[in-house]
Amino acid sequence: MSEQVITLEKVNKWYDDFHVLKDIDLVVNKGQKIVICGPSGSGKSTMIRCINRLEAHQEGKIFVHGTELTGDLKNIDTIRREVGMVFQQFNLFPHLSVLDNISLAPIWVKKMPKKEAEEVAMTYLEKVKIPEQALKFPGQLSGGQQQRVAIARSLAMNPKIMLFDEPTSALDPEMIKEVLDVMIQLAEEGMTMLVVTHEMGFAKTVADQMIFMDEGNIVEQASPSEFFNNPKNDRTKLFLSQILNH
Amino acid sequence: MSSIVYSNKFLIWSKKNLFSSWINTLLTVLSIYFIYEVSVFFLDWAVFKADFLTNFRGERIIDRTFCSKNIEPGSYGACWAIIHVRFYQFMYGFYPAAEVWRVNLVFFLLPFALVAIFFDKVPFRKYLLYFTLAFPFIAFYLLYGGPSLTTVGTNKWGGLLVTLFLGVTGIALAFPLSIALALGRRSNMPIISLLCVIFIEFIRGVPLITLLFTANVMLPLFLPDGVSPDNLLRALVAVTLFQSAYMAEAIRGGLQAIPRGQIEAARSMGLTYWQSTRKIVLPQALRISIPPIVNTSIGLFKDTSLVLIIGLFDLLGIGRAALADMTWTKLYYEVYVFVAIVFFIFCFAMSRYSLYLEKKLKTDNSS
Ligand SMILES: Nc1ncnc2c1ncn2[C@@H]1O[C@H](COP(=O)(O)OP(=O)(O)OP(=O)(O)O)[C@@H](O)[C@H]1O
Ligand SMILES: [Mg+2]
Repeated sequence: MSEQVITLEKVNKWYDDFHVLKDIDLVVNKGQKIVICGPSGSGKSTMIRCINRLEAHQEGKIFVHGTELTGDLKNIDTIRREVGMVFQQFNLFPHLSVLDNISLAPIWVKKMPKKEAEEVAMTYLEKVKIPEQALKFPGQLSGGQQQRVAIARSLAMNPKIMLFDEPTSALDPEMIKEVLDVMIQLAEEGMTMLVVTHEMGFAKTVADQMIFMDEGNIVEQASPSEFFNNPKNDRTKLFLSQILNH
Repeated sequence: MSSIVYSNKFLIWSKKNLFSSWINTLLTVLSIYFIYEVSVFFLDWAVFKADFLTNFRGERIIDRTFCSKNIEPGSYGACWAIIHVRFYQFMYGFYPAAEVWRVNLVFFLLPFALVAIFFDKVPFRKYLLYFTLAFPFIAFYLLYGGPSLTTVGTNKWGGLLVTLFLGVTGIALAFPLSIALALGRRSNMPIISLLCVIFIEFIRGVPLITLLFTANVMLPLFLPDGVSPDNLLRALVAVTLFQSAYMAEAIRGGLQAIPRGQIEAARSMGLTYWQSTRKIVLPQALRISIPPIVNTSIGLFKDTSLVLIIGLFDLLGIGRAALADMTWTKLYYEVYVFVAIVFFIFCFAMSRYSLYLEKKLKTDNSS
């Protein structure tokens, strides 16, 4: 049996009386790449944000590496150190240079000496292929470069799991590929990944599992070939026909 | 050549802005006439027809009866001798003359303590910042005394010394307090946030003068019997609390401008609340809030003159004391104009600094 790194059991979440997540069950094994898609407002972001507790769930259980996510701050901090997250809006720190953006968490969370942290930062910048931008500020980079810095920043904490929330949907078309290439490379290296995206080409290349969400439910979960060639659910079919035809 | 181009530019500009229609032309002419009359009158009074150290007969002015305007009918020039005679008090109050070098040293060191805060590109900024941190202790030791320096009680302090002391110390102490209040107001903990809201809104809803009276009367009640904090300290407490409420609102504005994603990114990497506040939120929020902070500070600096109500002799208080002196009485204009000019110099400097910052923030953000 492969190792379970994320487990969601009957997770429910409400915003006031709006039911965003309904009885979500999900198991992610080590090294798995799961792509999540679904219409806007279906709860995709909310679900992955519950995994590093940027949002709190109200019912059910979430385990990450065997640690249960509760209000316990110690557990939350441990889990956040192991789970990296990449946002749609990059969320780089505009007042810090690229190098400082990346070395910040290693220095303050891992207590790494500054020099060592900067070396780590440089290795990850090389990995995302923009070492020459190290001393610039985020505002001086293109969107694609910013998102690659954001990926490097997450990787610098050496996470076991990476969460991506629509990492390419704020990018101009010509920059999408450079970010997806980095993500594909990461997948090939065996990273466990949960990716919310509508880039179906990417999904077909890397996903082991596809998840379709609608109105707070996981409506369909299948292997990519099943999912694309033979979807079971009507809503999935409708969604796929919309997204693949345009 | 270049002056021709320049004057040409000026002509075009003035045609467009000052003489674009007959009503605009009329207003321009009237305004110029008004400005001309006022400045001629003021310069005549303050400079050309004024007495400085001697009167029109060349006698040294030793009291008001020597002022030209009190001797010669129809003469109206200012009699600045009162400022000269009282200059020491205007600067230092009743600080003993033998020890006054200590105040002068503090006045001299103050710009060095401030420069690293105000400008981020000064040479040796790091060392200057250490000096800034040490300065309050150095200044207190010098002004008040301590080992090997005789004590000069704050009841002897006065004039510009008290004005600057209350202004600078009040603002400096209010700064950390206001950060705490602004963060507290946005806290998830309802009790903390409620306390901060009550504090801020209470202080902002009350005139400073009420706080000064309250501090003067109430502070001794909170302290053990026999401990009676001096008047200056009481005023400082009131001024600090007052300023911290206004600064907190300025900083809250800055905090609100920081996108939620910044905090989420920091937290998702494992930074604690305090780490993300210190490293991510505050540096960005404070940069935005400095102009409004400076603006409230200008207000506070002027408001320190209210302390004369509780018996302190700040710059204005010393001026009033000078007027109460029978040998110099009735020279209101000289005293108030002088006090106004001194306040103006400091406030204008702060205002220019705030403009400079706003410009700098704009260029920084567009890069
Ligand atoms: N802080 C919040 N308070 C109240 N409602 C919220 C909040 N955040 C999200 N929602 C609502 O929860 C629902 C799910 O939001 P979520 O962001 O998870 O959707 P999504 O599937 O990621 O959509 P998108 O594709 O547009 O990003 C939406 O209807 C949204 O309006
Ligand atoms: Mg979303």
